[in-house]
Amino acid sequence: MQPDVHDGIDGQVLRVIVNGKEHRGVTEARTTLADFLRRELALTGTHLGCEHGVCGACTVLVNGSAVRSCLMLAVQADGAEVETVEGLADGNELSPLQEAFHRNHALQCGFCTGGFLMSITAALREGPVETEEEAREVLSGNICRCTGYAGMIKAVLETSEQAHGTKAAS
Amino acid sequence: MKPPRFTYHAPATVDEATAVLTEHAEDAKVLAGGQSLIPLLSFRLAAPEHLVDINRLPGLDQIERTGQGWRIPALVRQRAAERSPELAAGVPLLAEALRHVAHPQIRNRGTVCGSLAHGDSSAELPSVMVALDARMSVASANGVRQVGADDFFQFHLTTAIEPHELLLAVEFDEPGPRTFGAFQEFALRRGDFCLAGTAVTATFDADGSVERCRVVAAGVAPTPLRLTAVEELATGSELDAATLVAAQEVACREVSPLGDARADAAYRRQLLSVLVRRALGAVREKRENSDAA
Repeated sequence: MQPDVHDGIDGQVLRVIVNGKEHRGVTEARTTLADFLRRELALTGTHLGCEHGVCGACTVLVNGSAVRSCLMLAVQADGAEVETVEGLADGNELSPLQEAFHRNHALQCGFCTGGFLMSITAALREGPVETEEEAREVLSGNICRCTGYAGMIKAVLETSEQAHGTKAAS
Repeated sequence: MKPPRFTYHAPATVDEATAVLTEHAEDAKVLAGGQSLIPLLSFRLAAPEHLVDINRLPGLDQIERTGQGWRIPALVRQRAAERSPELAAGVPLLAEALRHVAHPQIRNRGTVCGSLAHGDSSAELPSVMVALDARMSVASANGVRQVGADDFFQFHLTTAIEPHELLLAVEFDEPGPRTFGAFQEFALRRGDFCLAGTAVTATFDADGSVERCRVVAAGVAPTPLRLTAVEELATGSELDAATLVAAQEVACREVSPLGDARADAAYRRQLLSVLVRRALGAVREKRENSDAA
């Protein structure tokens, strides 16, 4: 028999810092981090595609590491720092990676873009991405079904070169 | 939201965790990295009434050196194991295999022990742990017991962990001198579960013949499968070209994989046998390179 819990009766209290801002919330234990971000915090830039960890559209950073927010319970993020795609731009000023996506036509419908941006942001913080093969590896955990990956690879290499001052091998 | 309702437990000690597991046993599941369990919940293939989140248990997130080897406790993420230079130097086979586990975004959360407790034979880590002859430390309210990797994996997604138990750590010895390992797999896409794979460890004698070895197949049986006929064939040989060809033939006869939508049985069998040949060849190459060094 399922325990008789409903709407906050099993409410889990959590405190989470999202894009530098502290949020406190009460949520059901079964709420995923993705649903919490979208529904409780109205941060709908984190998209849900497959909801079982394959597509990568819901990728966010938790304590600096890229993770699938559909495969983590919100309550597990209690006390953590979360970064979402909304945190990349500074007002209307796009991040260098977002600029590079724009420049290289690295998005079309845009549904997957937020997840890609977060995966790449995490990878570029860890170090330079210098070859097309490395760039493909960085992109391999996310799926795009319309634009394809050629523009994204260029965007990754250009952004890496800007950030790390390394020459991208073409 | 997709997971069904459950009562959430976040124990602060191993004793608390095993107490909850003892109380709810079959109705409870342990949540570590969640990279296999949360999809099962979201598909509603699993609907445990109680979820025991062990992520707040203290002291289980660091790789430890033991007297003769290594201990990887329950909360060591796959990414942390992959990136440990000491572990990569001591047990290169593990680092080699970890790179094939899904994607960094999954390895950032997924734990080494979680993959073992989940027990998918297509996954990389179960076959590697059998190749390393690892030991699992399984905790319950009655204490901790050790289970060898050969006995740990029992059937598809079924291990020796009882419902009231918790996988606390996996331990394995540092490979001794003249011992080398190799991992090979083939998956349709980067990060997918493999169609077939193999983990091999071999210890050579001073003259370059195999003294003992473990050859383990992944993805072609309900558990990681030791290819004992291949092991017998390889033992005593120098893994020369003729032995590798014979090993491929023996491996082909030793597995009976099932076909599915991704690959039929005959293809999987052929693929596995080729991967076994390559892995044994890679092991020989590593030995030769170490001689040259």
